[in-house]
Amino acid sequence: MKCTGKTVKYGDNVDTDVIIPARYLNTSDPRELAAHCMEDIDKSFHDKIKPGDILVGGENFGCGSSREHAPIAIKESGISLVIAKSFARIFYRNAINIGLAIVECPQAAEAIREGDAVEADLDAGLITDVTTGQSFQTEPFPAFIQNIISAGGLVNAAKAGIIG
Amino acid sequence: MPMTMSQKILAAHAGLDSVEAGQLILCKLDRIHGNDITSPVAIREFKKMGFEKVADPDTVTLIMDHFVPNKDIKAAQQCKCCRDFAAQQELESFYDVGRMGIEHALIPEEGLVVTGDVAIGADSHTCTYGALGAFSTGVGSTDMAFGMATGKAWFKVPSAIKFVLTGALPKYVSGKDLILHIIGMIGVDGARYKSMEFTGPGAHSLSMPDRLTVCNMAIEAGAKNGIFEVDDVTLAYEKEHAKREFRVFKADEDAAYDAVYEINLSELRPTVAFPHLPENTKTVDEAGEVKIDQVVIGSCTNGLFKDMQEADQILKGRKVAKNVRVIIIPATQDIYLKCLEAGFIRDFIEAGCVVSTPTCGPCLGGYMGILAEGERCVSTTNRNFVGRMGHVDSEVYLASPATAAASAVLGRIASAEEVMK
Repeated sequence: MKCTGKTVKYGDNVDTDVIIPARYLNTSDPRELAAHCMEDIDKSFHDKIKPGDILVGGENFGCGSSREHAPIAIKESGISLVIAKSFARIFYRNAINIGLAIVECPQAAEAIREGDAVEADLDAGLITDVTTGQSFQTEPFPAFIQNIISAGGLVNAAKAGIIG
Repeated sequence: MPMTMSQKILAAHAGLDSVEAGQLILCKLDRIHGNDITSPVAIREFKKMGFEKVADPDTVTLIMDHFVPNKDIKAAQQCKCCRDFAAQQELESFYDVGRMGIEHALIPEEGLVVTGDVAIGADSHTCTYGALGAFSTGVGSTDMAFGMATGKAWFKVPSAIKFVLTGALPKYVSGKDLILHIIGMIGVDGARYKSMEFTGPGAHSLSMPDRLTVCNMAIEAGAKNGIFEVDDVTLAYEKEHAKREFRVFKADEDAAYDAVYEINLSELRPTVAFPHLPENTKTVDEAGEVKIDQVVIGSCTNGLFKDMQEADQILKGRKVAKNVRVIIIPATQDIYLKCLEAGFIRDFIEAGCVVSTPTCGPCLGGYMGILAEGERCVSTTNRNFVGRMGHVDSEVYLASPATAAASAVLGRIASAEEVMK
């Protein structure tokens, strides 16, 4: 899987309450959730991004609530990949389970600047900042998780009888 | 290979003799639960997976607690979706208005999770039941759907941090102060992906409500789960609440830990987490003059009877400061009733507080106490992120019930000692 796009960048501890505030959790409609994605931290989020763009975060991205609405809102906003220094564990699971691509890579998350053009080859674990020419190698996912990702998430993995 | 307590429980539920940190395993689940916000998504994913019946209806619990009694039409639709699913799947443990309580208070009270269980819940504070010596952790809705369908969940076996507690809590200091102290010490990602295991004579000195509060906020340090060693306090609790057999697991003496911290409970002071992260802690003595507009006493963290008792001790016969709104929310119907019988509800109302039926409401900025721009709230809840309780420019200060009640009386962040002297 390959992702190409420009980046939007945020700091450490981006929590699920700012990714999708609870006042909008009276619905689970992905489009409605996406409309409010990141609004408490960045009102211009939707003006900055185009479909396929890449979100870069710092440490502990997605901390807080278990709401799957958070990765759903990011995915439905058109973000193709989230690169962070580290992810909070429930967000990490949820992203894999719903098929939102994520990569943990502290060096890339540190070096990549907002607005840089980035290419990521997830199978090879290679991230390239096209704007600066820097490349970053990441650890591949364990096979078990790779199978869920390849299937397109836990629902498809379950349907295909890959796990369970 | 020696194992931590969490690893032992996971190994037993994966049908393995031993497991080690980092290993990916599939575990049998004793309880799968969700609430009115997360369950509708899980139900949608369950249907997408092509399943018609849950694997074991006796292990699936749905609790309507976040936006109930329904705060608006959309919230009502979400509850209806859960209600219809519960009826169709013939779920015994569906908790609706009149029977419900805040999930993490209700589940131990009803004995739905017991010592030695592996439990998942589509709510991050599912880690609460570690207080009972169970492995429990929060997951998302798709994991809940998969759990309902197969009775199983995948886990990466966590390593652990050990907290050896000594001494005993001083007066007006509670489990909340302990966990805030720990989060202040290790940070909001200090236990990321790991277990937090509590042991030592100080751990055994803590009441079950204090243990529930401590484990409840393990997620605020990024932990996968928090867990207390099983002792007489646990067994006494289970004697009253467990309706099925339970198993006691104990960490191996020589189990490996990523870090070991020793904390003397006697040295703890009432602690407050300043905006906008639970790790921004100060003792109440260092808080300075922070004027407040609202106090919330309740939530899955501090809505238990003991919490109400601690608030009552301070509010009884006193008045809430002018211009401060105080919202008190006993966490379950049973706790509400016990507060009524103990005379707390009268004390609270006479002091100038409102008392609400159980709901998560204000904790996550849902309803029942939303903050305006620039307003400050001292709250016994668990998160003080930007916009958590309302306007993005409002502030939440996390504290114990005693500190929150004292702050309500004085109109600023204050210790119970100051009010009670």
